[in-house]
Amino acid sequence: MLRTTLFSLFAFALFFAGSGLNQGYNVGDEARDFKLKNVDGKWVSMADYKDAKGFIVIFTCNHCPYSVLYEDRIIDLQKKYGKKGFPVIAINPNDTEKQPDDSFDNMKIRAKEKGFNFPYVIDETQEIAKTYGATRTPHVYILNKESGKLKVAYIGAIDDNSKDGSKAKAKYVEDAVDALLEGKMIQKTESKAVGCTIKWKNA
Amino acid sequence: MKTPVIIFILFFGLVCKSFSQKTAEVIGVDKLMELINDKSEKVRVINFWATWCGPCVKELPYFEKFGADNPDQVEVILISLDFVEKLDRVNNFIQRRGLASQVYLLDDIDYDSWIGKVSNEWSGAIPATMFIDSKSGKHLFFEKEMQEGDLTTIYNILLN
Repeated sequence: MLRTTLFSLFAFALFFAGSGLNQGYNVGDEARDFKLKNVDGKWVSMADYKDAKGFIVIFTCNHCPYSVLYEDRIIDLQKKYGKKGFPVIAINPNDTEKQPDDSFDNMKIRAKEKGFNFPYVIDETQEIAKTYGATRTPHVYILNKESGKLKVAYIGAIDDNSKDGSKAKAKYVEDAVDALLEGKMIQKTESKAVGCTIKWKNA
Repeated sequence: MKTPVIIFILFFGLVCKSFSQKTAEVIGVDKLMELINDKSEKVRVINFWATWCGPCVKELPYFEKFGADNPDQVEVILISLDFVEKLDRVNNFIQRRGLASQVYLLDDIDYDSWIGKVSNEWSGAIPATMFIDSKSGKHLFFEKEMQEGDLTTIYNILLN
């Protein structure tokens, strides 16, 4: 009987270990920097952007249909906010063995096809995705520079209409960055959305 | 003289009906919440999936088998999050795979308005699965891909 209970507890712990609950950043936390390889072969760190007021960090990938639906909107975010001091950095967090469509070579191809105007970097060790607490693609973290520190200002989706951005009633990311630029409170600091699970390496 | 023809037509109709395939019922969030809050005697296993989601499609046979092996204890409900424009694709999938579980297509893409209602533990990634035991009021939620044997293990945890 005790054995069964112990087994159950063990199994229970095991299941929840994989589910990524309560891990990662909350709004208000300080976000860590990274050094990740971009599709152009260069390494990208947030520290390299001396003039940035913050960042729109987006965990995304090639294969996920939701990521694909948002590609053009991510390009538009960079067009609109890159010059205002909130550049986009897209991070592919997936294990490329489990999801070969998301390999570094395929990332290069996709970036070229779509004309990505932002770095598209690979998180090979998945350490950044884990530290941030990303669970899906696409998954956005807006970071705001406050007295030299990068603070998480928003976590969630880009908008509330994955099918068609022009029909979105709420543009979460634009609203949040606009608020930061105007020195106002962000009305909605978190949102949930359907997306693809991040393909984690086997432990 | 016409009677045999009518009988034949009726019979043919019956045969067709018995072979008619399952299709996904399109539902809104209200119906989803009814399914979640239903006071059923059986343990309900509600799986969120989509035809475009590789890991979801991969784990579906485990749900089908789990439902078929425990018909008196368990009800498996598959909630497709495909866009409603892709209903034909979902129905073709159901027929091609011969899915026996009840399939619904949830037509509401304002995800932030309902994901939290389903479970606080869900960020929205799929596959995701909820186990509900109305008798004890226990819920378990998993935002992950199930492996063979996982469903039985979780079922046992839920009932212990």
